[in-house]
Amino acid sequence: MARLKAWFDRSGWSDLIVGLPYLWLVLFFLLPFLIVVAMSVATKTPTAPPFSFGGEHPWINLGGYARLFGDALYVRAFLISLMNAATATFFCLLIGYPMALALTRVSKSWRNILLMLVILPFWTSFLLRVYAWMGLMGKSSWFNAALTDVWNWIVPIDWAVKSLPMMHSNFAVVLVMVYTYLPFMILPLYASLERLDPTLDEAALDLGSRPWQVFLDVTLPQSIPGIIAGGLLVFIPAAGELVIPSLVGDAAAPMIGRVISDEFSSARDWPMASAVAVALLALMVIPTMLYSHYQARAEGTK
Amino acid sequence: MKRRPTFLLSMLAFGFAFFYVPILSMIVYSFNASRLATVWGGFSTKWYAALWSNTKVIEALMLSLKIALVSATIATILGTLAGIALVRMGKFRGRTLFSGLVTAPLIMPEVITGVSSLIFFLLLAQWIGWPAQRGFTTITLAHITFSMVFVTTIVQARLLQFDRAIEEAAMDLGSRPWQVLFDITLPVISPAILSGWLLAFTISLDDVVITSFTTGPGSTTLPLLIWSKVKLGVTPDINALATLMVLAVGLGVVVAGIIMNRTEARRLADERLAYRTNG
Repeated sequence: MARLKAWFDRSGWSDLIVGLPYLWLVLFFLLPFLIVVAMSVATKTPTAPPFSFGGEHPWINLGGYARLFGDALYVRAFLISLMNAATATFFCLLIGYPMALALTRVSKSWRNILLMLVILPFWTSFLLRVYAWMGLMGKSSWFNAALTDVWNWIVPIDWAVKSLPMMHSNFAVVLVMVYTYLPFMILPLYASLERLDPTLDEAALDLGSRPWQVFLDVTLPQSIPGIIAGGLLVFIPAAGELVIPSLVGDAAAPMIGRVISDEFSSARDWPMASAVAVALLALMVIPTMLYSHYQARAEGTK
Repeated sequence: MKRRPTFLLSMLAFGFAFFYVPILSMIVYSFNASRLATVWGGFSTKWYAALWSNTKVIEALMLSLKIALVSATIATILGTLAGIALVRMGKFRGRTLFSGLVTAPLIMPEVITGVSSLIFFLLLAQWIGWPAQRGFTTITLAHITFSMVFVTTIVQARLLQFDRAIEEAAMDLGSRPWQVLFDITLPVISPAILSGWLLAFTISLDDVVITSFTTGPGSTTLPLLIWSKVKLGVTPDINALATLMVLAVGLGVVVAGIIMNRTEARRLADERLAYRTNG
């Protein structure tokens, strides 16, 4: 191997192979990101572009970050985002875990077809999957009508409603998040469950464990890396989600992605939008570090 | 052991119903004669006809395809190079930063990527006068940047499994390095490069958030067009458009799946044959 690499080095191809993507990412990813970080301590001005580094607070203005904690709007948006993302992750796990486990129990030929059916929605347009639920949740849809009937049948007569107000609520946001992110939960869970040794289950059964004990003592502990991987794959994009809350969410209780977008476009407050963005990223870094920590530990035990 | 599969299988059935009922409902209602998208008013294909004569939709589709083709191709080249760099180039200077840069776009919330790209392009226009107008070029640049790292992830995974003894053997047998590269390395990782391209293409074709920040006047991609219509509510012509897109993607995935299964089967057969002839 060393010979091929030595040739790459000698002929100068190495510099090109490393340099080209490196330069691209520095220019179009790192630089814009550093600009946002710098922007977060700038001062908003009515000029174009609407910021400066001078004025009352020379060079650095931490006002944006102070507002993050002082202004209830931002605190609330962060809390709603974290709550919605955590709820969606929980329900993805609740639905996705039995599905992934079931996928390991069906015959090989069925398994490939079913796995493809799990991945298929992932290839279809994200926007259209959100849109499909807008059709179902609307006041006059057959789905809403059916759920309304069930609701009216269960609850006392005084609570009866003509249709359930599902759209434009946190309920709708969580439901659609579960729908769109479920494949991200199922696939890593399936990958970790598929590797388990079925003879361990049989051994536990032979030794007198009841099936649910086998699940709790044998299957569940071994699938924790898959649970963490799937959980983060759902939680991280869900917390920063913009499309779903914009279409089916409650406009009066925006999530943080919406706040960033509004600060930037409507309020033209670039420094504030940047400060919120940096804060959101800081929140993302913690679960990501946890993920790579667990990933590294899983690799280590192999 | 007997009772558990019943529960698991019913959860599986429930899950698949959850996945597909909304899509099926959307398809059924695309044949709805009524203007009210959610009230059934008889069978009709008029929304498909209306779609066909809607030049805005066709134009947006063409723009989306153009952006996806260009950005996926460049992203595949850059992403493959980055994958090779990470697996094959050993410890080059700035490697830690590089591997960080390759992972960061994967977890960066789209809205932040969008805002930072827009600020970047706006400031660039202020400083050096380029890009004078946002549109095809800025959208494509942004798409390349966030889709190339997906290609890198796929290519990197394939390269890590790669048996380097084959390359050594070829060199021992007198192949020149560039021959090894084109006869051995690239053909072996080509399925990964192809899946990377397909993924980059789909991501670009599907993107709303980053596109909405990097677009300019007159550059409406298909997702942006759908986005602006969907914000106003559910309409039957969007149902028809959605049905066509879902069918196109479904067909594509099924055909790709069959082809991949075939090649895999052929590869296995070849392998068996090779073992048999070698005793």
